[in-house]
Amino acid sequence: MEHYPLFYTFHFYLFGLVAVASAILFVTRRSPVSAAMWLVSTMFSLAALYVMLDAPFIGVIQVLVYAGAIMVVFLFVIMLLNLGQASEIADVRSQGWRLAAGLVGLALLAEIFALTRSSSVSGLTLAPGTAARAVNDAGAVGMVAGPLFTTYLLPFEITSVLLLAAIVGSVMIGKQRRAADAR
Amino acid sequence: MLAEAIFFSAVLFTIGVIGVLTRRNAIIIFMCVELMLNAVNLSFVAFARAYGVAGQIFVFFVMTVAAAEAAVGLAIIIALFRHKQTVNLQNINLLRG
Amino acid sequence: MLLQHEVSAVGHPLAGTVAEWLWLLPLLPLLGFVINGLLSLVPATVLGPGDPDIAHGAEGAHGEAGHGVAVHAHDSADDHGAHGDDHHRVVRHRFAWLTSIVGPAVLAVAFGLAVAIFLAMRGVGEMSAPFVQRYFSWMPAGSLRIDAAFQLDQLSMVMILVITGVGTLIHLFSVGYMQDDPGYPRYFAYLNLFVAFMLVLVLGASYPVLFVGWEGVGLCSYLLIGFWFSEKANADAGKKAFIVNRIGDFGLLIAMFLLFANLGALDFVGVNEAATRLTFGGPLVTAICLFMFLGCTGKSAQIPLYIWLPDAMAGPTPVSALIHAATMVTAGVYLIARSSVLFSMAPVAGLTVTVIGALTAIFAATIGLKQWDIKKVLAYSTVSQLGYMFIGVGSGAYVAGIFHLVTHAFFKALLFLGSGSVIFAMHAAYHHTGSHEDAQDMRNMGGLSRYMRVTWVLMWIATLAIAGVPFFAGFFSKDEILGSVFLRARESTLADASWLGIPGSSVLYAAYALGLAAALLTAIYMTRMMLYTFHGPNRTGEKERDHLGEAPWIMTGPLVVLGVLSLFGGWLNLPALTSFLGPVGALDRWLEPVVGESARRVTSGVAPEPAHNVELALVGSAVAIALLGIIIAAVRLKPARLVPKAQAPEEHGIERVLANKYYVDEAYDRVVVEPTVGISRGVLWKGIDQGIIDSVFVNGSARLARGVASLGSWIQSGQVGTYAWVLVIGVLAVLGAFTIR
Repeated sequence: MEHYPLFYTFHFYLFGLVAVASAILFVTRRSPVSAAMWLVSTMFSLAALYVMLDAPFIGVIQVLVYAGAIMVVFLFVIMLLNLGQASEIADVRSQGWRLAAGLVGLALLAEIFALTRSSSVSGLTLAPGTAARAVNDAGAVGMVAGPLFTTYLLPFEITSVLLLAAIVGSVMIGKQRRAADAR
Repeated sequence: MLAEAIFFSAVLFTIGVIGVLTRRNAIIIFMCVELMLNAVNLSFVAFARAYGVAGQIFVFFVMTVAAAEAAVGLAIIIALFRHKQTVNLQNINLLRG
Repeated sequence: MLLQHEVSAVGHPLAGTVAEWLWLLPLLPLLGFVINGLLSLVPATVLGPGDPDIAHGAEGAHGEAGHGVAVHAHDSADDHGAHGDDHHRVVRHRFAWLTSIVGPAVLAVAFGLAVAIFLAMRGVGEMSAPFVQRYFSWMPAGSLRIDAAFQLDQLSMVMILVITGVGTLIHLFSVGYMQDDPGYPRYFAYLNLFVAFMLVLVLGASYPVLFVGWEGVGLCSYLLIGFWFSEKANADAGKKAFIVNRIGDFGLLIAMFLLFANLGALDFVGVNEAATRLTFGGPLVTAICLFMFLGCTGKSAQIPLYIWLPDAMAGPTPVSALIHAATMVTAGVYLIARSSVLFSMAPVAGLTVTVIGALTAIFAATIGLKQWDIKKVLAYSTVSQLGYMFIGVGSGAYVAGIFHLVTHAFFKALLFLGSGSVIFAMHAAYHHTGSHEDAQDMRNMGGLSRYMRVTWVLMWIATLAIAGVPFFAGFFSKDEILGSVFLRARESTLADASWLGIPGSSVLYAAYALGLAAALLTAIYMTRMMLYTFHGPNRTGEKERDHLGEAPWIMTGPLVVLGVLSLFGGWLNLPALTSFLGPVGALDRWLEPVVGESARRVTSGVAPEPAHNVELALVGSAVAIALLGIIIAAVRLKPARLVPKAQAPEEHGIERVLANKYYVDEAYDRVVVEPTVGISRGVLWKGIDQGIIDSVFVNGSARLARGVASLGSWIQSGQVGTYAWVLVIGVLAVLGAFTIR
């Protein structure tokens, strides 16, 4: 069993709990803007957890792409559509639905735990500290870049095509239709 | 820390599911889906520490797909809003059989 | 087993000879069918007077070939009004010349090939095993193995020669008879197809292959009876023939099933081999033979299924000659001769065949006495003569039956073609004056001998032949049948058996007596037909008389050939009594390898050599009967007293019953058809079809589909939230399944 210093453990739990708490606040806020802000908080906490889990490059990307780019786009859209008005506030389902959703969530959690408990792949487990050494040896970027540009080169190139398609698609969908086109 | 990371991941995922089930605002539901993706990313990173760097590569791809999805999804929401003047999914049933 | 067959075919004396070209025999007429069939797709052109617009309209209405315009009213013209003014227009097909060449030519080539094969068979001398040629495996299914194979032996050789020989003559005759019909290529296509199937029937090496030909000729018969289908009566006659034959075919099918289930073989060689292991006279072999005979009663028009043949005269007259006199209707006789091993094992079945044959012979002959339609007389005469053949093959005199089949093919084809020639002349006469009188009714004929001398002479030859006047073909064959029955009544396995409690010998004596009586009637009604048609004053009409005349040479030529055959056909199998005429029993010796063993089984191994005086008595009585019949007819009948059909008085008493064919059709209608229709309409249609199938299965399945669909439509609410719920519940279920495991 790997041993962790208390400082590490404390902060791990801290960020974990912050993430969970922010997530709960996120789903319970009526206003889309505050919900989005709480989601950003969750993502920051997750970035911290990534760094603590020996994935500093992913943590950085999390902040840049998720908390930065994607959430900003969400906020942009919320403001563009001028949501948060009274008509859009009443979007939460009734008490009965919420209770049912809670029960479903509990059941889902129970099942997930039951499954993670029952199955272990101990034979594949790396020696403790392997990932940390890799960060030291190859650098935070090199650790990911190595496999990405060798073993996973083809999927990586395909993602570029995917992104291009997404750009073209979103431009086409989001474009304001002219009267002539509408006909 | 693997077990703890998985625990947080599961809890976050479940919160995302509950959000999808209880909300009717398309943007909120979309964000809930993002939360679920992030929860999965957390377990990927945790597994990457235990079983090898491939998990991190996966996270990388998930983020790319999420970015693309966000772009297209938000474009759809905008188009939908133009058409229906609402993002409340209760009022949108274009797929009704 | 299979390998043995192949080896035996290779080692067969006929291997390597012209007999290897056997497959070409049915293929040649099939080629003619294809060519003429393609030509028939080209519409007929309109020649001569007549408004072309109307003709085009008629063509358009009927879609193809313009056969809607029944220009040649050779059919049983009971309702002349239907023809209207079409009568006066000649519609000849554009490619009639090509059809005239192709149609008969393929048959002539096939006949040439048949003769060549016959000579090859003669050349190899003794041939005990049939020459079987396998072409491909047709139905390999489990232990059932049916090959597409042809079999050549002495019996099929006789049939091939008759079919192609007489067939060629009738094809030639048809060229003259049918040339001006708009459906001329179609006619020849059907006729060629018929010959192809008929050859498959006699060449098939197994019951299923025979059955293909059997059904094929039935189809062609249907097509040709209803050739002028624009008149409902003709189409109905075709349907009647087809349906009645189905009843018989069902019997043949059951016989085949029984054969396969109990003997494990369906090819003739295998069946004949296995049949001898059956119990002699046992119920199984009797059942097989009786079911097979049911098929024969349908195809060969025996009681109770003979009713279709007289109606089949609705077809063109050469068709009646070829299909309904010379070849197809004799298929039943061929089948029994082919299955002689089985029938010789079942005396009861043999007696049944004999009895049915005898009853049919006398029954049809009495009806023939009072028919006015010249073709109907010949039709009932055919039924009657087929009865003779069945007396022969039923009583184990297979050679005699086949012999009569051959001679009958000659003189009956001649009679039919002669009547066709008469009808042709009558029709031409009425055609000229635009009259709508019946061209087939003998009351409208009379004294035709003055106008058609060739036809007259030849028809008399055929009449004497069928009546059994000495030294004509029919005399020998009919005499042999009656003599055989008489002898077998005295000593044979049939005589020892009992039929429905009656001793077999009594049954055979009765059959002999009925045969003699039928011979008397045959002589009477045939003489009657000749007297009314060719003698006495002419009743055709004043104006029409000038247009009567002999048919062209293409029609009289075949008649002459058939006349010669009717004269000398008896030389095929001369009886011992007439050894001064030439070699005795040629056909007996020829067919010995095929039916000899079976015939000996019937006669308990003793060759039926009658005492000289008995034979003389038999022959003498037959001759006396024939001459008596002719004399009775000549004395009693007064052609001069006849009046044309239009003025004919109504018949009374027994005459009326005979003219109405004993009301058998009406009785069948009442007993079989009407209940069938009633049950079909009341129970099957209204009850089962509409009540159960339509409401429960057809509409019910539609309602079920609609219910399920509306449920699915209700589920597809279009609410994403609902979909998400369903999805999550599904995920829970799947994960739960993993957890529980």
